[in-house]
Formats: sequence, C-alpha cells, structure tokens
Amino acid sequence: MARLPASGMVEKRGASHYAIHAGLILGVVIIAFPIWLAFVASTVSQPEIVSPPMPLLPGDKFFENYRKALVSGINAPVATMLFNSMVMALGIALGKIVISLLSAFAIVYFKFPGRQFFFWLIFMTLMLPVEVRIVPTYEVAANFGMLNSYPGLILPLIASATATFLFRQFFLTVPDELAEAARVDGARPMRFFWDILLPMSRTNIAALFVILFIYGWNQYLWPLLITTDPEMNTIVMGIKQMFPSGDDVADWPVIMATSILAMLPPVIVVISMQKLFIRGLVDTEK
Amino acid sequence: MSTVTLQNVKKSFGRTEVIHGVSLDIKDGEFIVIVGPSGCGKSTLLRMVAGLETVTEGEVQIDGLRVNEAEPMDRDIAMVFQNYALYPHMSVYDNMAYGLKIAGTPKTEIADRVAVAAKMLQLEEYLKRKPRELSGGQRQRVAMGRAIVRKPKVFLFDEPLSNLDAKLRVQMRLEIKELQRKLGITALYVTHDQVEAMTLADRMVVMNAGRADQIGAPLEVYADPQTEFVAGFIGSPATNFVPARTLTGAPPGAQTLGVRPEHATLTADGQGRAQGKVMYAEALGAETLVHVRLLTGELFTVRQDGTDAVPTEGQACGLDWGMQGQFFFDVGGKRVR
Repeated sequence: MARLPASGMVEKRGASHYAIHAGLILGVVIIAFPIWLAFVASTVSQPEIVSPPMPLLPGDKFFENYRKALVSGINAPVATMLFNSMVMALGIALGKIVISLLSAFAIVYFKFPGRQFFFWLIFMTLMLPVEVRIVPTYEVAANFGMLNSYPGLILPLIASATATFLFRQFFLTVPDELAEAARVDGARPMRFFWDILLPMSRTNIAALFVILFIYGWNQYLWPLLITTDPEMNTIVMGIKQMFPSGDDVADWPVIMATSILAMLPPVIVVISMQKLFIRGLVDTEK
Repeated sequence: MSTVTLQNVKKSFGRTEVIHGVSLDIKDGEFIVIVGPSGCGKSTLLRMVAGLETVTEGEVQIDGLRVNEAEPMDRDIAMVFQNYALYPHMSVYDNMAYGLKIAGTPKTEIADRVAVAAKMLQLEEYLKRKPRELSGGQRQRVAMGRAIVRKPKVFLFDEPLSNLDAKLRVQMRLEIKELQRKLGITALYVTHDQVEAMTLADRMVVMNAGRADQIGAPLEVYADPQTEFVAGFIGSPATNFVPARTLTGAPPGAQTLGVRPEHATLTADGQGRAQGKVMYAEALGAETLVHVRLLTGELFTVRQDGTDAVPTEGQACGLDWGMQGQFFFDVGGKRVR
C-alpha cells in the first residue's frame, strides 16, 4: 500500500471529493426525512396533522404528546410496552448468546456420539424461519400456559442456530494448543470456558448482542400471537394495535410519539456498542 | 525433580499403530531429547507423557507411579508448545500466574514466584504487556516462564524453537540448557533439528517410524550408530551410503556401507577403496565439501580441511577411509559388525 502514488484512494481531494459527500448527504436526507416527519408529527396536535399541508417544523405539543403516550397510551401505556419489549429483547439476546456459546463449546471441544448429527440438526433449523413453525410453536406455548407471559415471549425464540454456528466457527479458529495449555495448567473444561474462551469471544459476543437485541426488539408476529392482554403488548406490535378499527379516529401525534420512542432503545444500543460491534465484525483477537 | 519411565509404550490411532513400543528410563535431572523426522511419532510420544494423548499399551511412570490414566494437571508436568500457546487476552503476568491461580496458591506466593521467574528470563519490564505486544523470542520466554513458576517434576518441550529465526534459536538453545542445569528439573525435549539434539541432550532418543532406533549420549550415537537410519539422520553433511557388494572385505550379510564425510579422504586416481569423478566442490572457508560421483553411480561427499587444495571439477579421483570410520548395515538397516 505504501507504494501507491499520492493520488491514491485515501488522498483524493478536489471536485470528486465534494461530489461524493454531496451524494452521501443526499442519501442521508432521503433516509432521515420520514423519521423527521414522524418526529414533527409527534410534536403537533391532531388537527394540525390532518389538515394539509403537513407541518415540516416541530410544534409545541412535544411534552404533552409524549406524556400522554408514556402514561396512558391508547390500549396500554407506552412505558409498560417499552418495559415488555426491553424484557423480551434482553431475554432473547442474552438467552441466545448463553445457549449458543454453550452448545458451540460442546460441539467443538467435546467428543460425544452423534456430535456431527447434532450440529447438523441445529444447522438445519436455520432453514426454517419462525413463520413456518409458528402454528405448532403456538400450540406448545399455549399448552404450557405461557400465553401472556414473559417466558412465552422469550423461550420459543431463544435457540439460535446462527449464533451457535458463528461461535462454532470462532472456536474452531482458536488453536488446540490453547486448550491443551489450559489442561496442563490444571483448568477443567468449564474453567477453560470461563477464563480463556469467554474473554476471547467478547468482541463476537458484543457484535451478536447488538444484532440479537434488535432482532428481539423488532419481533412482531410472535408477540401478536402470544399476547392478548394489552398489559403484555410489546411496543412494536403495540404501534399496530393503536391504529383504530372501524370509525374511531386515529390519535396520530400519540402514535408517532410511540414510534419515536420505539426507535430509541435499538439506536442507543447500536451507538453505545458501536466500537465493540465493529471490532467484533472485522477483527478477531488472536 | 523426578524420574520418568516409559515401558514398551504403544500408540494407535484407530487401527494404525504409530508408536510400536518405546522403552526409556529418564534419570532425575536428565535432559533427554527425542529427535526424528516429521511423522516419526516423537510429538505423540511426548504428548503421551504429558497426558494429552491416551496410552494404547504399555505404561508411563513418573517417579515410579503409573500415570497412564492421570489428567495432565495431576501429573505435575509443565509443557512448552511450539506456538507458545499463550493466552492472548491475559498479560504476561497472568499468563505465568494462571496455573498457580488454579492450584489455589496464595497471592503473595504467586507474585514471588512470578517475580523470580521473570527475573531469570529478563521479562520484568514486560509483565503488564499482552502477548501480541511481544516479539517471538519474548513470547518464547513467557512460555518458559509459565512452565518454571509451576516448579513441575518434569519439563516437556514440543519443538519450542522452530518458530524462531536462526540467530535467536541458537541463543534460546543456550538459555534453555542453562536454565535446565540451574533448576535441575528432568526435561523431555522434542525436535526435528539434530543440532539442537546434539547440543542440548544428556542422552538422545533417535526415533524412526514409531520406534526408538537408538538411545544414548549424543557423541556416542554419532560415533556408533546402531542403524542405517541413525547414521543418515545424525550428522551434517549426511553419512555416505555405498552398496557393500562393490567392496572387498565386507562382513557377511552386509548390504550397505556408511562412511561419514570427515572420515573419507581424496586420493589419486586408481588408488584408495573406491573410484569416482569430482562433481563439484563447496569451499566454505573452514572446510571444503567435495561431492564425488562414484563409478557405481552413488554420490559421495568428502569433508576436507579448508586449507587443503580444492580439487577441480571433472577430475578423476580415488576415495579412501579407515576401518574405524566405516559402518556396515544389513538389508533391514541394522548394524553388522
């Protein structure tokens, strides 16, 4: 790379430099505009929204609308739904990480009959999306009495073939000598897992946490089926539930405030874990 | 400080037997080097002593106690791996302290022991660094330090120097030898490098295809090889081999004759015990290696003093060697006397 002339990619300046930035800024504006509109709609009153043209600058009802959404909402207070979503997303993300770390550890480091068989069994479930098995899953969850409960929201989604596969691939790149050195040092298998493997996987864990948290947060179909009590609604499905049926009038400012609130936690997770997340995706510490 | 005994140890992977029965008695404080080409089973043998491979047949004893079924940690051994196998997320200090920590050693004692080892290995300034911030030689030292702090009964080395450059290898070789002398710990060292074997070993084990061809002090093995393989493997440049039937005076049953390059001399054409033509001469300063193509077709290397005249290429010449410097081997490669 050092031999590239000064006009190499990194050093590029001048007209094309500005053109590229102009293009990027335009893209950001196009993507951000609907979100801006949602934010504006959450700060004005209902009549202002329904009378065209729609306002493009924030109004003065910010606190009023958000307070209304958080405390009373339409079917259930948004604060409750946020809490439900948080429990579900954290439960799914952490549960998936714990289970897949342990299953990958078992598959890579232990010899047991049917090891390959079990790996392929896990791998095959990758080919079945949630929607395909949703009816039998619902049946099972219902028979266990898990309707309208946190376990019902979390457990059916907690096994992850993707994460297991990812950790397996990572563990396979860890040199065998490391496990042997730990054995000579006197570490029993779980000690090796805790002291060596887990710290070495931490960037992978962080990257997966971000992905899985957002996956859990954005679940729509499953919470819609498993919860009937508005008190157990998650926020992503709750937004849809807020739309009026029949002749009721939609309270758009409150719905928009709810949407903005629904977006915040994933954004916070991504931004706060960005550094670890990118490191987990691009490099492995070895 | 202890003894290690191998009693007819065998190892099979599935149906393939890779070690066909090795017996060895290692005395307290002895430095044993196992040397052989890749695939001869030397690492497998070491790993059986370590407890990282199961023993198919025979018995491994440490201090006279059978340890076949013992886990590595219960054998009181320490091992240095070829790629060092340092824990990448731990500092040098934690790497060295890890084994003691698991054993439940008090913190102050751990600190003392690590400090002593770090001083011995000149690692004091690096204790807080991560392995990736160290050079190859330093990592090697940390791996040694990790072994030293445990104060094990036996040191096991699995080709510890093969990832270092040539200069560092010589230096570390001396350091390992010095350290082992100072600590007086029994050591078992595996290498494919015969120079390492010759310089480090109190006794060496030459392995060939899963068998210990010869066990003995390095110079003894060099001067008196028991098999054709040992004669060819130990020594550089390698021993010359000539079919014995072309020579008069070969003992009955002898198939091959081996002569070390330094035991042969060039003579005038028509004289000596074999005839050939000089292919080329490598003058290395202190010595000159003369490669001769024999009339029977074999290549024969003569090592002569650097001050001797260098023969011209294509020159016809004779070769001579004394009775002392010749080894006869039978069809199976066994020595015939």
